Amino acid sequence: MKNKVLDVAIIGAGVTGASIARKLSAYKLDIALIEKETDVAFGVSKANSGIIHAGFHHPPVTLKSKLEIMGNSMFDQLNRELHFPFKRCGIIVAAMSVEEMKTIQELYQRGVNNGVIGIELCNRSRMLELEPNLNSDVTGGLYAPTGGIIEPYRFVFSLVESARKNGVNIITNFEVVDKRETNNTYTLISSTGESIKARYVINASGLYADKISELFGAKKFKITPRKGEYYLLDKSSSYRPSRVIFPVPTKISKGILVVPTVEGTTLIGPTAENINDREDFSTSIENFEKIFYATRRLVPAISERDIITSFAGVRPAAEGGDFIIESYPDVPKFINAAGIQSPGLTASPAIAEYVKDLLKKQGCRLVEKPDYDPYLDETVKLREMDHSSADQLFQKDPRYGNIICRCENVSEAEIVHAIHQGHTTLDGIKFYTRAQMGRCQGGFCSYKIIKIIHRETGLPFEKITKRGRESYILKGSIEDDWKGVVEVTNTSLQGGTTRDMQTGSPDNNAQSAGGNEGNT
Amino acid sequence: MGRKTDLSSRSNKSLICISCPIGCHLTVEYDKDNLREENIKISGNKCSRGITYGREEVLAPKRTVTATVSIASEIQRRLPVKTTKHIDKVLIFELLDNLYSLKVKPPVNIGERLIENFKGTGVDVVATMKLDR
Amino acid sequence: MREAVFDTVVVGGGAAGLAASKIIAERGYRVALVERENRLGGILNQCIHNGFGLHYFKEELTGPEYAQRFIETTAGTPNIEVFLETTVMDVKTSRADNNNSGKGSTNSPGTKEVFCYSSRYGVLKIITKTIVLAMGSRERNRGNIGIPGTRPAGIFTAGLAQRFVNIEGYSPGENVVIIGSGDIGLIMARRMTLIGARVLAVIEIQPYPSGLTRNIVQCLRDFDIPLHLSHIVSRIYGRDRVEAVDVTPVRNGKPEMEETFKIKCDTLLLSVGLVPENELSKKFGVKINPETGGAVVDAHMMTSVDGVFSCGNVLHIHDLVDYVSEESIAAASFACDYMEERGKWPAAEQFPTVASSNIKYVIPNSYDPEINNRFFFRPMIVKNNAKLCIRMENEDKEQKTLLEKRLLHVQPSEMVSVNIKSERIKEFLRDGEENRLVFSIQ
Repeated sequence: MKNKVLDVAIIGAGVTGASIARKLSAYKLDIALIEKETDVAFGVSKANSGIIHAGFHHPPVTLKSKLEIMGNSMFDQLNRELHFPFKRCGIIVAAMSVEEMKTIQELYQRGVNNGVIGIELCNRSRMLELEPNLNSDVTGGLYAPTGGIIEPYRFVFSLVESARKNGVNIITNFEVVDKRETNNTYTLISSTGESIKARYVINASGLYADKISELFGAKKFKITPRKGEYYLLDKSSSYRPSRVIFPVPTKISKGILVVPTVEGTTLIGPTAENINDREDFSTSIENFEKIFYATRRLVPAISERDIITSFAGVRPAAEGGDFIIESYPDVPKFINAAGIQSPGLTASPAIAEYVKDLLKKQGCRLVEKPDYDPYLDETVKLREMDHSSADQLFQKDPRYGNIICRCENVSEAEIVHAIHQGHTTLDGIKFYTRAQMGRCQGGFCSYKIIKIIHRETGLPFEKITKRGRESYILKGSIEDDWKGVVEVTNTSLQGGTTRDMQTGSPDNNAQSAGGNEGNT
Repeated sequence: MGRKTDLSSRSNKSLICISCPIGCHLTVEYDKDNLREENIKISGNKCSRGITYGREEVLAPKRTVTATVSIASEIQRRLPVKTTKHIDKVLIFELLDNLYSLKVKPPVNIGERLIENFKGTGVDVVATMKLDR
Repeated sequence: MREAVFDTVVVGGGAAGLAASKIIAERGYRVALVERENRLGGILNQCIHNGFGLHYFKEELTGPEYAQRFIETTAGTPNIEVFLETTVMDVKTSRADNNNSGKGSTNSPGTKEVFCYSSRYGVLKIITKTIVLAMGSRERNRGNIGIPGTRPAGIFTAGLAQRFVNIEGYSPGENVVIIGSGDIGLIMARRMTLIGARVLAVIEIQPYPSGLTRNIVQCLRDFDIPLHLSHIVSRIYGRDRVEAVDVTPVRNGKPEMEETFKIKCDTLLLSVGLVPENELSKKFGVKINPETGGAVVDAHMMTSVDGVFSCGNVLHIHDLVDYVSEESIAAASFACDYMEERGKWPAAEQFPTVASSNIKYVIPNSYDPEINNRFFFRPMIVKNNAKLCIRMENEDKEQKTLLEKRLLHVQPSEMVSVNIKSERIKEFLRDGEENRLVFSIQ
């Protein structure tokens, strides 16, 4: 790897980088997908609303609007190939006043202009028919049936698996801190001094895209981290909507939503707050109140008693608000894919196409690979199986019978599979398998998962992390705290010190000999 | 002994009686230099058990200790153990040091003695779990 | 798919399941005891401290010792087949079973199918007449109490930390703050101290501790661990691992933010309560009591599904394992009576119990005048010399006091039990009336 010159290096293994990597893996290219974290999808792509937007929020002049509409239409085919959790459940926007209905009219017109299929204006009773748990004060609204929901990290995982299957090198724990340029080749240097050489570099580094762009002497722009807090509500909640519910947007934000996730929970959020720290994932009391207030206005029955967990995501907002996907005449063979905030997830397949075209314009030869295989085998999910198909699975691998996560019904075999796909942290396994994601939040299963990670990877217990870096779960073995071990084989020992033990029990000398000297 | 010195060595201790669920808040007054049962004054108790408890806590506080020792078992890495009687509080950490330096090989049964008559106190340490392998 | 036939399936091999299996097997029925873990005993295995068994065995035992007494009798009973590392995923009952209104059923016992998953057998379908639910509880976690701040490593429920320390032999951290003064939290404060960690504080939102006084004294005061009553942890700091927490006093239910202080720590243990684990029960239509999170049970510990019984922490959270054993033995005996259908069954008409002033709940949810009833109830107040009052109440609001009793001391963390004899109840019973038994504490 170190001496080989690759064709393309993609910095950042979020949804943008992974989409690009998978797209390019259809061509005869040597590609590396580089991630600074321990696992893929550990940045912006991990914590967002998971919406596949219909395409009525943004004016048609923007790049994001074009890519959003195009991206939306690509998801059915992608899902046939990759089998990620995805559902076109539809999106509604609820107006709570006559004033808000005016904005709805504008959104509707914008949607029609953008070419959103099936978009409709709704009166009050149509809204309540679509969503009976909606606030009965609703005035009317908008319905876009092509909108949908997705599990964003699962989507990234499947893109990465597909890319890997087609030859892309996935390199994690590689934070690009410097670059060199010689003979038409870029050398990327990591924080630990490792290097990767490539002829083309694509910057998909999310929250750090401005810094990477600057490192390459390309366009100067500023990424403003914008934090969004969320609450996840239990599956058993009775008010769970069947469609995504948006409030009427304001000029700055699409508002706080109610999202029925693909896995049956309900997600509420996000807030939108510009912050300074790109890694500030904290939540606050104020926003807790704000989120529940705002979403109860849409669905009054929403209850804080159903909270499973809360989290925050940070979006990489670029100046001007639009995506920055471009190349620069004075910086050859470098492409920015930056400022990819909402609707970045929706647009990601279209962004990959767009970047591919830019790459071609830069002179990169794209020759289709005859053996490119866009299809992945579907990952087995025990929780979605009936008893007789589950039973057949056991014949192949009995570890499917060992249920590790009792809340989400995840088996040992699924966890082992996740580890073999490179997900070796507790969070990585959680996002991949859903183990620890249910109501007990890992209270019962995390020690079992730690043992399986240890068994499969050989990592010592105290080196296993929640999500890489210094996020160690355990502080070390209890035995290590105490020096000098004397073995005892079930014989009563005399006295109070180990020295006494040795003299006091002659039948026990074999064990005493070893550690006694060090034991003072 | 003069009255003045007597006063200066008087001490106060506040305790919660655990003889029953009421949990009386006791104030125990005693003479540090002259610790004798009849010198200990207890108030705040609702019954006589409070007096017994307060006296014991001042004269010789004792506890049963439960802990674990290392075991080379396939089932788990620690073997739970306990003292067979209450042991003086001041000896707890010394006892632990001794326990942490043990390593037991299975099989082991409940009640099996690991330390006998710790420091002449008459207290043994026994296993509290059966581990066959 | 393999199939097996048993008289009873006991779900869960902890304190409740062990006691229930023993009784049912002794009465001559074949029991399938299904346990998820690789051994019997449940959470008792990691509760290495003493204080168990004072009521049931009349001696003080540690958790593993208490468990072993039951495990030995279970292992020695040929009528019990133990399925370890086996998870009950699903139960199918006949429709008739689910029509039970809480009164004695006139149906003959319906057949139930219990689907168990394990590496050994794959899917095993057990066909059975009765089921005893003994799945225990789970710990409330950070999500449930919603602490703001970051989400670093180093946050554990107290029970998970206990598992790591006592079974796996690993320390969860060095500088520890404990949220909640529940018994597991207090026990862990001492345990962490004994393995060389520093416990910096225990933070309790209520003005009184939620654990037993004995544990406050022997786990906190013995080691000078500060207990902050009427305080909350208002924020968690740390990117990768916990670095500090904000602690804020609470007055009249409101956090006094300006009096917040910070404690540097690397570990946070949560001991903020237990929740009965009834996800399986809910799947097949068992009615749940919102006050307990457990099943609604009749005077015979039978749930709303005919032939399905519930006991132990899955029914309601107990503070003493001795009561779990006692309750499970009662439930198991009723399950046997049910199978025998001898005279007693179908049972006589049952009447409701009601938790009134200062009582959170009464178990069971109804009583049977033909038997001696034993009730468990949980007070909502802390009081010395309280008065328990049990009245018979009817439509015309005429109340008759059936029992009055002085209770030396009541507090929410200590469950109270009371027995009422069949004859006493019959004195007050009126034909064709509701005959509600109302419990209150003054």
